[in-house]
Amino acid sequence: MGLVLLSIGFMTVDHREHHLDSVRGGLSVLVYPLQWLVDLPGSTSEWFRESLSTRRELQEENASLRTQQLLLNTQLQKLESLEAENRRLRALLDSSFQVGKRPMLIAGLLSVDMDPYRHQIELNKGTLDHLFEGQPLLDSQGVMGQLIHVGPFTATAMLITDPSHAIPVQVNRNGLRTIALGTGAIDRLELPHIPDNADIRVGDLLVTSGLGGRFPPGYPVAEVIDVEQDPGRAFSHVTARPRALLDRSREVLVVWPPELEGPPRPPPASTADEPANSDT
Amino acid sequence: MNLTRHHGGTLILLTFAIAMLLTIIPLSDSFRALRPDWVALTLIFWCLALPYRVSVGSGFVAGLLLDVLTGTLLGQHALALSLIAYVCVRLHQRIRIYPMWQQALTVLVLLILHQLVTLWIDSIIGRPSRPPSYWLQSLVSAALWPLVYRLMTALRVNFSVQ
Repeated sequence: MGLVLLSIGFMTVDHREHHLDSVRGGLSVLVYPLQWLVDLPGSTSEWFRESLSTRRELQEENASLRTQQLLLNTQLQKLESLEAENRRLRALLDSSFQVGKRPMLIAGLLSVDMDPYRHQIELNKGTLDHLFEGQPLLDSQGVMGQLIHVGPFTATAMLITDPSHAIPVQVNRNGLRTIALGTGAIDRLELPHIPDNADIRVGDLLVTSGLGGRFPPGYPVAEVIDVEQDPGRAFSHVTARPRALLDRSREVLVVWPPELEGPPRPPPASTADEPANSDT
Repeated sequence: MNLTRHHGGTLILLTFAIAMLLTIIPLSDSFRALRPDWVALTLIFWCLALPYRVSVGSGFVAGLLLDVLTGTLLGQHALALSLIAYVCVRLHQRIRIYPMWQQALTVLVLLILHQLVTLWIDSIIGRPSRPPSYWLQSLVSAALWPLVYRLMTALRVNFSVQ
């Protein structure tokens, strides 16, 4: 019966404090072979698909990627001039806002199932790649979530749609600040406590506000899909659809805080600024 | 003497490892709620078969690993599986001689205990309640019990685990 008390103690400590991270980290090393084994069929079939594809397919893919890169580069040129202009204007206003370069790392998802009633994913990178708890996670479309447990080889991340997750956002059109709560449905977020007369419409883009200091500001989170105003209630009922492909992405970007602020960190193994050749 | 007594420990570990593999193998969303509770079934079998080797301690360790694998609160499954193991070991002489359908019913009660403990802990830490399909897991697992029992008994006899 001592074990019952021990497990209750474990749960309390795990929930309230974070002293058990090392225990969890150690155990995660122990179960890593199992996760690796389950992930193996998926990753081998991926590998086979890549190595058995024909020359023609590769050429076609190469051509389409080239076109895409050209388009993106053109957009980037515009972005750079805009960024320079923005910096000049902010300097004129003496604003303290600074755009830092954020190191990023591409991590792959392990195809393992977690608890079906929690929205969590398992990544194939851990403290060995300098990941840390609370780090934000993006994909090519928007914010995905944040890391909640980090072991040496693997890390567990909570998605923004988990019922216990909340992310500070603002409406891109007018800067209205609010919080987006997870609902437990993979394609829905909820914005509570929005007054009936607030300026929010269907189709509005929600971006991270950067308040709370955990998520970088200005990244797209979700798009408002429904605004329900009930005259009998003080708040309107607003739902949004996450921009990130939460249940489809195979690769995610882990983001570090900008190099300008805070103590210097060891740089990640490969940054995403280099043209992508990291085949995780 | 010591060697014969500890014969087949690898097999026990292997069955637990396979049970955990089956727990994290990706399934499509519609089947995820129906996934049988493989680790609990394995634990119940070994507690009934070898109560002097597999009992509360094993349940605790298996539960901790399960917690890390499924990303739940550390200790949540450990508590539930320790409780199951305790009940099993206490009643193993009685449960062993039950006919198969009665055994499956007992297993059902134990599995529901597992889910109930999980649910309680989740509601204590303020997670939202789960849909009614949550309870299907126990039903599916209990329905599979005769199969699991036969398979594991065959393995046990074959490798003479004692």
